[in-house]
Amino acid sequence: MALLDVEKLVVEFPGRRGTLRALDEISFSIEPGEVLGVVGESGAGKSLTGAAIIGLLEPPGRIAGGQILLEGKRIDRLTADQMRPIRGKRIGAIFQDPLTTLDPLVSVGKQLVETMQTHLPLSDSEARKRAVGWLEQVGIPAASERVNAFPHQFSGGMRQRVVIALALCAEPKLVIADEPTTALDVSIQAQIIALLRNLTQQHGTSVMLVTHDMGVIAETADRVAVMYAGRIAEIGPVRDVVLHPSHPYTEGLMGSIPQLEHRVERLRQIDGSMPRLTSIPRGCAFNPRCTRVIDRCTLDRPDLMQHGATSAACWNMFS
Amino acid sequence: MSSVLQAIEVSRHFDVSRPVLQRLLAGEKKRTLRAVDEVSFDIPRATTLSLVGESGCGKSTIARLAVGLYTPSSGEIRFEGHPLSSARAQPGLRRKMNMIFQDPYASLNPRWRVRDIVAEPIRAFGILSGQKAIADRVGELLSQVGLSPADGEKFPHEFSGGQRQRISIARALSSEPEFLVCDEPTSALDVSVQAQILNLMRDLQVKFGLTYLFISHNLAVVRHMSDRLGVMYLGRIVEQGPGEEIFRTPRHPYTRLLLDAIPDVAMVGRTRTPVSGEVPSPIAPPPGCTFHPRCPLANDRCRAEKPTQTKAGDVMVACHAVEEGRA
Repeated sequence: MALLDVEKLVVEFPGRRGTLRALDEISFSIEPGEVLGVVGESGAGKSLTGAAIIGLLEPPGRIAGGQILLEGKRIDRLTADQMRPIRGKRIGAIFQDPLTTLDPLVSVGKQLVETMQTHLPLSDSEARKRAVGWLEQVGIPAASERVNAFPHQFSGGMRQRVVIALALCAEPKLVIADEPTTALDVSIQAQIIALLRNLTQQHGTSVMLVTHDMGVIAETADRVAVMYAGRIAEIGPVRDVVLHPSHPYTEGLMGSIPQLEHRVERLRQIDGSMPRLTSIPRGCAFNPRCTRVIDRCTLDRPDLMQHGATSAACWNMFS
Repeated sequence: MSSVLQAIEVSRHFDVSRPVLQRLLAGEKKRTLRAVDEVSFDIPRATTLSLVGESGCGKSTIARLAVGLYTPSSGEIRFEGHPLSSARAQPGLRRKMNMIFQDPYASLNPRWRVRDIVAEPIRAFGILSGQKAIADRVGELLSQVGLSPADGEKFPHEFSGGQRQRISIARALSSEPEFLVCDEPTSALDVSVQAQILNLMRDLQVKFGLTYLFISHNLAVVRHMSDRLGVMYLGRIVEQGPGEEIFRTPRHPYTRLLLDAIPDVAMVGRTRTPVSGEVPSPIAPPPGCTFHPRCPLANDRCRAEKPTQTKAGDVMVACHAVEEGRA
């Protein structure tokens, strides 16, 4: 059984001038121990998907359809009180900016102890011992002394390590990592990705890794979902999606990334930009920018269709 | 080829001491941050020099020095052979350079119409006179960057990030510059839009024979854009030379570290060993070679003696290990 099942999830934002549909019938699942990468450009709905799963949609945003199943049980209809023990204990979260995630007035050790004692039956001394253990696991030098330090005394990379420890310390089954390395320098970024990958493998945790960086996904994820304008354009094993994309958008996205290995005279560019939610075109949302557009694309909206190892929502796929 | 911009042993220090009274009471010494430390480079006409490095390595300080927003603490910057320090007296020199900034949301005045934003350098330098002539020129500039002349009537908030960066480029071009400093021009943009902007910048370079100083932390972008490349670490250029040469055979251990650290789509399914350590504080840099605490090749000489740039092939490298043939 899949650890997480998202079926036809719809998220809407009611407004004065009508309702905006930010996520439109998104379906995917995450297996135990799997890393699912979610990529897309700003505004594609990546972070919103994460927020909907963990029950942190900002009002007036709401789940307007579909369901989210965690280990076979629905979690999209829970009240705030029912959701609280799930958040942290069964689903952990890592956000982009480690400074705003941590409480600046509480030592990192206390934050770890507090999180663990909320979710696990631990004595004070046991929790404290584990807190030091977690800091060691995430690679903080002199953990037994640093446990009393405050977030501002750590560098950006070290803070993100603390955040990872916080997300994993209650031993959740699933971690939602929303752009965990975007705020960090490249040499630190590689350290954090390797750490996240190793720790989740050791603990058998599944990860939903949301990022706009295809390089990070290519090296970390098992499967990847490419999002465009609130829908999944393509989903499948990372090797297939990156090297042999089926959807023209994925193809364009891959071609537009400058490569380290070789230099091209011109980058492939996708002309135009992603439509706003208020003006999503009829048919396939990508049709105004697509190079493989056929008549049907402007009329009917494609659903995900199996194509080799991946599934893509396109009427005119690469064969 | 004549060089457009030449930097000769340029340093820029900032005083980061506490206020005088507090400092005297605590008996502390003055503290200086060496943001840029004896950096030399020159940029031949119609080419791109890129500077890469991590946060705090002094990239943006060099960008500001290059257009005269900062004056060097020591050393000299020459623009077409004239010292830049006297540029205040020569507006003719100033209009030949312009800048494109990182964040297109912060670099455009939200209360001005696009036509006024683009026309500002034209008016400031008195390049054209008369409403009609200026309006025509603005329309032409907007078309050159892939916008429509009618967009001039709109305000910046009506555009997406990529379109705003096009407006910044139009503004930068409006004074008919020869030299553009681009400080992370695409790091706030999505990849598909980034490709549009990078292609546009290269097209404009060919069309107008522009010279770029391109600042970025993204090595893949830098490889795509640059003719020459400088790798910076803690205020110094540790390796500089032709871009292709550096990417093919990186010599300095830091350059190798950077190239190894970047997640790349070509690396799908492969694992790598990440490098350890972080960039030290530029206020109290390590003695000797500032990279030695993270360097796998460091020895006693590296810990004591600052390396100077030595030639290795076409590339200048500041590393004892390379000089001694240990690398």
